Amino acid sequence: MIFDIPIQAFLGQLLIGLINGSFYAMLSLGLAIIFGLLNVINFAHGAQYMVGAFVGYLLLTWFGIGYWPALLLAPLVVGLAGMLVERLALSRLYDLDHLYGLLFTFGLALVLEGAFRYWFGASGKPYATPEALSGGYNLGFMFLPKYRGWVVVASLIVCIGTWLLIEKTRLGAYLRAAKENPTLVRAFGINVPLLLTLTYGLGAGLAGFAGILAAPIYQVSPLMGTNLIIVVFAVVVVGGMGSILGAIITGYMLGILEGLTKVFYPEASNIVIFVIMAIILLVRPAGLMGREA
Amino acid sequence: MKRSAIAMAVLAAATLPAGAAEISDGKVKIGILNDQSGVYADFGGKWSVEAAKMAAEDFGGKVLGAPIEIIDADHQNKPDIASNIARKWYDTEQVDSIMELTTSSVALAVRNISEQKEKIDLVTGAATTELTGEQCSPYGFHWAYDTHALAVGTGGALVSQGGDTWYFLTADYAFGYSLEDQTSDFVKQKGGEVLGSVRHPLGTNDFSSFLLQAQASGAEVVGLANAGLDTANAIKQAAEFGIVASGQRLAALLFTLSEVHGLGLEAAQGLTLTESFYWNRDEASREFGKRFYERTGRMPNMVHAGTYSGVLQYLKAIEKAGTDATKPVAQVMHEMPVDDFFARGAKVGANGRLISDVYLMEVKTPEESKEPWDYYKVLATVPGAEAYIDPAQSGCDLAKP
Repeated sequence: MIFDIPIQAFLGQLLIGLINGSFYAMLSLGLAIIFGLLNVINFAHGAQYMVGAFVGYLLLTWFGIGYWPALLLAPLVVGLAGMLVERLALSRLYDLDHLYGLLFTFGLALVLEGAFRYWFGASGKPYATPEALSGGYNLGFMFLPKYRGWVVVASLIVCIGTWLLIEKTRLGAYLRAAKENPTLVRAFGINVPLLLTLTYGLGAGLAGFAGILAAPIYQVSPLMGTNLIIVVFAVVVVGGMGSILGAIITGYMLGILEGLTKVFYPEASNIVIFVIMAIILLVRPAGLMGREA
Repeated sequence: MKRSAIAMAVLAAATLPAGAAEISDGKVKIGILNDQSGVYADFGGKWSVEAAKMAAEDFGGKVLGAPIEIIDADHQNKPDIASNIARKWYDTEQVDSIMELTTSSVALAVRNISEQKEKIDLVTGAATTELTGEQCSPYGFHWAYDTHALAVGTGGALVSQGGDTWYFLTADYAFGYSLEDQTSDFVKQKGGEVLGSVRHPLGTNDFSSFLLQAQASGAEVVGLANAGLDTANAIKQAAEFGIVASGQRLAALLFTLSEVHGLGLEAAQGLTLTESFYWNRDEASREFGKRFYERTGRMPNMVHAGTYSGVLQYLKAIEKAGTDATKPVAQVMHEMPVDDFFARGAKVGANGRLISDVYLMEVKTPEESKEPWDYYKVLATVPGAEAYIDPAQSGCDLAKP
């Protein structure tokens, strides 16, 4: 017993926290990349996550394409759509104040959510768990659905993969250099606008991936992203705006913290992250892993 | 010029329908005010507007010779927006009555205005018993359901079916508490026991923590005292964590056919819930269901069917009263029994409550479902007198003995 809570419940909530943390990590990772490299506060991230889930749903109902191909196709579709948006609109806002990018993406989110609500209704659509991942394991202290286990694995792979891509590859080096000094990088004959477009596509694609991953767990509904985006922003702020590793680590950490709050004081579970955010902003304004500007 | 103007006036007077003299402004205008874009857009929404239009058409499109007009607006679940629309409708657009009114806060706000302006309001979409309790109005009516009926249906009747230990997942706001409290009362009344409850924030995405706690409690019934997407997510994840498969029963306290459809039978199977209407109940309800389906592509839930019934009853009352003036129409509505496919031989209490039967339903498994929208098994019928608060006990001044 820890503070009157049975150890089973404690372990169970720890694991659940890790699962939720996986979503936070994946979503905040995309946000951090877009902010870190493009200086755009992407408020459409929640909507892109929602679109990812809907793409999965539509692939299944319109074309009979199942979960596994959708896992690849949904992020691709969302990523391509993201690139189109970046090319046509966002790229024109880079020279202006941050606020314009924020307002544009916020507006985009509202339009997307409104349109999906118009087409598919507010109560959402069902998406079944893939056959191979239904059922679960009895761990003794809790029942772990197989799918939830898969979510943790998939998100770890994606997070580590993305981090490696940006920190360890040549492409990643170009991206980071383009952020530091775009003029100089351009002088080397590298197509910087294309790099930025790809970056936004990558960020949006990550949101789409999280969306299709979430589809079998949550009801696929137009509002699913709205509920999540604010939390994810808090995660990014705690981790340090633009810090990729910070976003990943903080995502998992806050997920676990939130899970534990659900045992000790459930009513506070949706504000605990914001309390942490407030404390971090007071003590370390640049975030846990951010650099002082 | 002057002569032709007089001629026009005479002509207009001559072509005016005979009975229209008793109808104010020459037409009967009913406003459907509800949530058309938010979380309750499928629960009521534009489908309720369609149901109201069907009632007007089935009545013949005219009452006492005057045309019937149905208008609608989206209140976005905000009482202030709803109040503004209601005032505008009553003051400048000659609306005779406002109906549907999903969401309790909105229904109570509009109730106030309607009573002040001496207009009829008929609520089908909101749950609170206040509407026929302390906030009752001589011109106010409540159709379809309320929190009391849901609690009696799911709480009381389910205990009789053998579910006598309960654990609640409760939305952390007034609506959640009142659902939990009322249901607990009936569970205990029938000899059941409440083992505990956990309060989750409104708009929770992930219910797994709470479901684990419910599972650990060992209760036979897990009661979901929440609404909308919260309930849908809780049910879907309960299926994932094997709550129903491992023998616990899941009871949603406010959930209708529309939400079951949204969730799909795979996730919703085995769920128990209470509704005052099911399209596949008898010949008359099936006939209405089919016609509704042809227009909207979906089957009606109790809010849609209730709205049809409310509009129809209002029109019948105008015809019987021979006028659309509020007081005589309200009086007829209190006296005249309601007899249509929605409510058979039902009465309206002095507090404005339509007292009709409600049904405890179980959602079928995908194998049991024979056709699209064939979703429910009726487990029990709860007579209206048992489902609703006795008007004399309701706290409504109009119904005091």
